[in-house]
Amino acid sequence: MLKKYRPVIGLEVHVELGTRTKMFCSCSANHFLAEPNTNVCPICMGLPGAMPYANKKGIMATIKAGLAFGCEINSFSKFDRKHYYYPDLPKGYQISQYELPICKNGYFDLKESDSKSKKIRIRRIHLEEDTGKLVHRTLEGRKVSLIDYNRSGVPLLEMVTEPDFESANEVDLFLREVQLAVRYLDISGANMEQGSMRLEANVSLCKEEDVFDLKKGIYPDYKVELKNINSFRFLKKALEFEFERQAEILSRNEKVVQETRGFDEVKAVTFSQRVKEEAQDYRYFPEPDIPLLTITVDIVEQVQKSLPELPSQRRERLMKDYFLSSNYTELLVSDLKRAEYFERAVILAKEKDIEINKVVGAMINQNLDIKFSEPAGLIKYLLEIKNKAFVSADEVVASIDVVIHENQQAVLDYQSGKEQILGFLIGQVQRKLKGKGEASLVSEKIKEKLKS
Amino acid sequence: MIESVPDTIEKLQEGLLKKNYSCVELVDYYLNRIKKYDSSLNSFLTISEDSAYSQAKKMDKVLNGGSFSLSEYPLLGVVVSFKDLFLTKGIRTTAGSKVLQSYVPPYSSTVVMKLLSAGAIMIGKTNCDAWAHGASGENSDYGPTKNPWNKKYVPGGSSSGAAVSVSSDFSFVALGTDTGGSVRQPASFTNLVGLKPTYGLVSRYGVVAMASSLDTIGHFTKTVEDSRRILAVTGGIDNYDSTLCGEKGEKIGEKIKIGIPKEYFGEGLDLEVREIILKAIEILKKKGIAFKEVSLPHTEYAVPVYYVIQPAEVSSNLSRYDGVRYGNDRDSFGSEARRRIMLGTYVLSEGYRDAYYLKAMKVRKKISDDFDHVFVDVDAILCPTAPTPAFKLGEKANDPLKMYLADIYTASASLAGIPGLSIPAGFTKDKRPVGMQLLGKRFNENKLFDIGEMFQKLTNYHLEKPVI
Repeated sequence: MLKKYRPVIGLEVHVELGTRTKMFCSCSANHFLAEPNTNVCPICMGLPGAMPYANKKGIMATIKAGLAFGCEINSFSKFDRKHYYYPDLPKGYQISQYELPICKNGYFDLKESDSKSKKIRIRRIHLEEDTGKLVHRTLEGRKVSLIDYNRSGVPLLEMVTEPDFESANEVDLFLREVQLAVRYLDISGANMEQGSMRLEANVSLCKEEDVFDLKKGIYPDYKVELKNINSFRFLKKALEFEFERQAEILSRNEKVVQETRGFDEVKAVTFSQRVKEEAQDYRYFPEPDIPLLTITVDIVEQVQKSLPELPSQRRERLMKDYFLSSNYTELLVSDLKRAEYFERAVILAKEKDIEINKVVGAMINQNLDIKFSEPAGLIKYLLEIKNKAFVSADEVVASIDVVIHENQQAVLDYQSGKEQILGFLIGQVQRKLKGKGEASLVSEKIKEKLKS
Repeated sequence: MIESVPDTIEKLQEGLLKKNYSCVELVDYYLNRIKKYDSSLNSFLTISEDSAYSQAKKMDKVLNGGSFSLSEYPLLGVVVSFKDLFLTKGIRTTAGSKVLQSYVPPYSSTVVMKLLSAGAIMIGKTNCDAWAHGASGENSDYGPTKNPWNKKYVPGGSSSGAAVSVSSDFSFVALGTDTGGSVRQPASFTNLVGLKPTYGLVSRYGVVAMASSLDTIGHFTKTVEDSRRILAVTGGIDNYDSTLCGEKGEKIGEKIKIGIPKEYFGEGLDLEVREIILKAIEILKKKGIAFKEVSLPHTEYAVPVYYVIQPAEVSSNLSRYDGVRYGNDRDSFGSEARRRIMLGTYVLSEGYRDAYYLKAMKVRKKISDDFDHVFVDVDAILCPTAPTPAFKLGEKANDPLKMYLADIYTASASLAGIPGLSIPAGFTKDKRPVGMQLLGKRFNENKLFDIGEMFQKLTNYHLEKPVI
């Protein structure tokens, strides 16, 4: 069914910035697990007479994100008021950015494989304040809704992409990259469970014969908004469900209702949350309590210079400098802490003349970076092994035989193409040899055995 | 018991230093007058007797301790009232509206804290048009305030109670807010000096917002000299209002030149007011001040532009009173607040925003540019504060458009963010006060004070008091 249609997907990603204080007051921005309404003041509670005072660190973090995603930084930017009523929004409006976001017109090179890459356009990245939280409870037999303002005013970065995605896989890959990038930039923990990263996808289907129009900026005449989905995996499932659902409707020559849909994790289906008859009128106007932001070339250059290495850059460097396989590289790069551990270990390893491969092997195959919380410990251990006499080739082969016998399922898996199982088998052999097997010898012999 | 209080802060403090009276006795004096006369004027919503006495005792201790300087306590012993828009920790703050009728704030505004730490004594919170919406005081949800010069007349608004508290000797000075004329116009109606400072000079933090791009924190005094003293305390940056900037004004030169804007003397100007202003010009001319006719060509758009931008911001600022907190829901808003909420919501709506709000913002810039051009050549502008003297209670209450025109000479300065000072300039035949307005370049309040002090040395209007 899908063959007749091509998905058109755009994303809105919200990321809470990890600043020490909130965006417009000096309350702590850390609201996770805090006692309700303890990190609050007149400003973030929107009391009469209170006024916002912008947090420079939040603005700098947004510029940082913009530069990392190839955006232009607006030399004049401003905050606007976005009006709507909701009990968790204490002022009746959210301070956000409308006409002049801090960052615009960015892009991201999405690498689907070593040979295939696609440019995703980023329309804008702007800064706004988070809302409070409603908690629904039963107190003394009465159903009540309570408001916790701890989260109110926490800086929130919003990234809006163009509708450039055409598959759930692309979306998934992109979101993981965004999450990793903001962690590398050290601007957010981007934790899905804690709600510091939130996803929304706009999805519609384009008839195959109209695909050419997409390039001209002509998109399908409807879109369905997927909201309140709190994991990458669920979003992927929700998208896939939507493709089928919409394709089925379109193939009957019916119109897809423009609406907001949520995802039922148990039934694995999307469901209607709110039908949008017309766009909500937020009555945007410039926030008069905050002066215009002037972002000079100097500031932009200063931030540019302070940009850390990004995941894509690190991947390239690890593979080029250390000849790491793409598999090992990914396992290191996708975990910032691990990547940094590795970099520190490499410096020490060089001093002690230990091969980089040994370091990676010890980390990835034996998880020794968990055992040794400091790289120095790991290197010390590797040095001990290196200096230890290795067991003979016969002993290695004998151990391999035992391991193969004991792990028949793993062997079958390996032979059916799951090459990553090799590491596990090597680990088992080393365990039998109490670490005294020479790594290259073990690897060579086990491969030989497994082939036969 | 004190019979009367001196006219200026300087003389007041001399008396304190000579121990002619104590701060506690000053509080006695004012509380006694409030109790005796305010029931017929309705200028106070809350009397803060306990905190007044405790602050007075504290200041008396300072006085008796000996080792202090007046530069530490520049407002020592100055009894002050605050318009009920200023948040006062632990003391009810209503904004003149039923919506906040039982609201006791957990914090105080910057200006309240600055005044108290300068040695001033808060006596209470004054009545005003609800949310500062009005030019007569009649929009207060707690009943109108009356003009002590003639109780059949309004005292002007929205800082109605603030003006009356000073002109009736219920407090030495009063703090108010001026968004489109709400300090200057009541000052004109009650024979007081009223300052609307430059936008960005005095912190708005902790003052219930009306229209945030226009709101300023002003004050009422009897003399220009004292107006300058109060501003020296209220002005300056805090870390809460980010629209403040620490800019300084220029010094006035030997040759002073004042512009008379022809657009401010046309149709709608009361003849008696016109005569009084022209007479004031003659008085200053004799002192060697040069006058020149100038033009502010976009003046006629000031009120329409003001009544687009201001309601837009009002509708936004009042949206926090959503019924979830403060104990009263939106049904408690009075008719003027509702009118402005609807007007403001309309001009910001999709499809109307460009035609109304954005267009008004463009004209606002033109109005501001008019002043910039004129101030290249003159030190200040002199014009009437209001087109008429105080009008009768009820006279305009049912005609919002007529009421809005009371802002005709004050709205431009608000839109341009420049300072304005209203000074007593004379009386009508039936003894209603009339004020003249000096407008200046941004952050050049000192020039206005210099000219104003000169005028008060030459005249005695400001020394006249109403018979209550």
